[in-house]
Amino acid sequence: MTIAFKPEETFRGDYTYRNSDAAVLRFPFPFPEDRYMYSVNIEPHVRSGPSDVFMRPFDVDEHYIAECRDKAITLERDPGRCQVLPHMMLAQWDTLELLMESLSADYPALFSLVKEGDDFGSRWTWTNRPLGLEQSFIFGDPATLPCEPFEYITRQAQGDFAICDQRDNNLYMDAGMVTSQADWSLEFDVGMSFMEWHGPVPLAHQTGVFERALKYLLMLRLGQPVRRLNWTMTINPRLDTSPENFPEWGTDRASVTPDNAGQKVHLRVELQTLWRLPRSNAILFPIRCYLASLDDLARVPKWGARLHRVLSSLPRELVEYKGLTRYLPAALEWLAQHDDGAELPVGTESGVTTLAPR
Amino acid sequence: MTGETLKLKVAALADIAPGLRHVRLVAADGGKLPPAAAGAHVQLALAGAARTYRNAYSLVSRPGARDAWEIIVRRVPTSRGGSAYIHECLQVGEVLEAGWPGNLFAPVRTARRQLMIAGGIGITPFLSYLAEFAFSGVEHALHVCCRESEQQVFDPWLAGRPGVSWYWDADGHRLDIPALLAAQPAGTHLYLCGPAAMNEEVLAAAAAAGWPDTHVHCEHFGSALSGGEAFRAFLARSGVEVEVGEDESLLDAIERAGVNAPCLCRGGACGVCATPLLEGEAEHRDHFLSAEERAAGLLIMPCVSRARAGRLVLDL
Repeated sequence: MTIAFKPEETFRGDYTYRNSDAAVLRFPFPFPEDRYMYSVNIEPHVRSGPSDVFMRPFDVDEHYIAECRDKAITLERDPGRCQVLPHMMLAQWDTLELLMESLSADYPALFSLVKEGDDFGSRWTWTNRPLGLEQSFIFGDPATLPCEPFEYITRQAQGDFAICDQRDNNLYMDAGMVTSQADWSLEFDVGMSFMEWHGPVPLAHQTGVFERALKYLLMLRLGQPVRRLNWTMTINPRLDTSPENFPEWGTDRASVTPDNAGQKVHLRVELQTLWRLPRSNAILFPIRCYLASLDDLARVPKWGARLHRVLSSLPRELVEYKGLTRYLPAALEWLAQHDDGAELPVGTESGVTTLAPR
Repeated sequence: MTGETLKLKVAALADIAPGLRHVRLVAADGGKLPPAAAGAHVQLALAGAARTYRNAYSLVSRPGARDAWEIIVRRVPTSRGGSAYIHECLQVGEVLEAGWPGNLFAPVRTARRQLMIAGGIGITPFLSYLAEFAFSGVEHALHVCCRESEQQVFDPWLAGRPGVSWYWDADGHRLDIPALLAAQPAGTHLYLCGPAAMNEEVLAAAAAAGWPDTHVHCEHFGSALSGGEAFRAFLARSGVEVEVGEDESLLDAIERAGVNAPCLCRGGACGVCATPLLEGEAEHRDHFLSAEERAAGLLIMPCVSRARAGRLVLDL
């Protein structure tokens, strides 16, 4: 497997981010039906599913190099996007081990990990070929890395990462690397309990979704990670849609017209996985973000039509919570031309193997 | 680093004291084991005469060890089950099926000080605690109540670690639990593992001394989410009767019979496998159904729930 990286593309400024045809076809489209509502849509994170992004525990794609660079820019401007409370050092090493082992096993041409032993105190050598990094360090000794182990490895991974400490039958967001978030703030949430950080979500509390999800997660087993998809929409292919930088991107919502919606409006899908960590007993919560423009999505006929129906029938509370109010009419007007009203098969599969020409 | 079951080979067996057997387990395929840590246990499938026992044992190996796991098993005199098997039948070279490590007794890392009280074989989870605390540098103390003659048994795992005190049943050597608890600074977390009588005595003393529940932790093995008494279920629409074994879930048995049942999380949370219950009384173990739905008795979640008594009839 060869990945043709696009190291020059940008997620800010001139926004040169684009998906190849292959990237569109493997997009984790989140809507199996014509209507959307919250549910505990958790399933085992196994190497199978309707999209190729599920085939490896930590997916690396053509945007890897550009995304890591965008993350570095965000961290340079605001180092507080990575925060780890002091009692989380074991969980930091757990995360580093899980990511290094998974990436080197699944992408041996890109990453390698050489160990002199498995225990703390052993010398490990990590090679990241796409980013041109090689690092020899002592597993368990943070002083032998250029920064703390969680920051070190998550700077080299696509997506955001939170670590939840488990105590008092609850989960606490006690560490995070959050640079591509859908308008939430680690600075605000760090140290909060599960119910506290989910407080703002509308409609779901009333149906007991969070009580069930918390009980389920407290029993999450080592070796049996689970996943769910979440989604929102973003104007321009921007990863850093943080509350801290709202002035830089919030006004983009007013720039959408029925003519430019196809290029401007992006479906933002988060592949969220949950992993029990072995030494710390904490839960690692990677949030991997995929962006596709309406133009991209409408090249898959089923997806263009289904997205039109989901957005047309979305409850008003969700439209507001997801921040779609301002530009939803323009997006719907653009999408309507791709929806002939014919019945669509249940499921998220694209149903095609090649795309119509752009 | 994913999987549900492991094949473990017995690499060494040693009787370290009367009634105490040490077992060293390695991956049967010669590979590496998943890392496990302080407070973790492993569930072993042990083929007894009448049935397979699934017993959980604390790992006493180094936290994070991937070359081998170690357990110490006490012979329960009245047992005809797992501990008898390990003491009487288990052979070096034998291959056992095991689950991935679980952890229902992890230390709280926000603690200012870690206080451990062990009774007898209840020392086992604390052997890995001590190794972790020595590494992290958190202030800690372990108080062990055992027979006077058993003090040296655990030396190979204690390796001269500081902060370990020994008590036995003789004048001047008994542990004064109320005095110990009264002397702890605020922010201390208490962990106990021992015979039920000792656990109850310590829990009562902690409550009397005003310790918050969130700072008192008692070891229990409760990982058998889906197992229980065997029972029968009739799948009315399919016309199939299934026998649900002690170690499998109702959902497992339905699938074994070749009947398709929708499911997602297999942990009682998502609600996807909720199935109409036509006859029989369910023992509900899920997190999905409300108290009212349970009382109504019209639905069951076969991934975790079972029959309270007798036979169930499902609309499936």
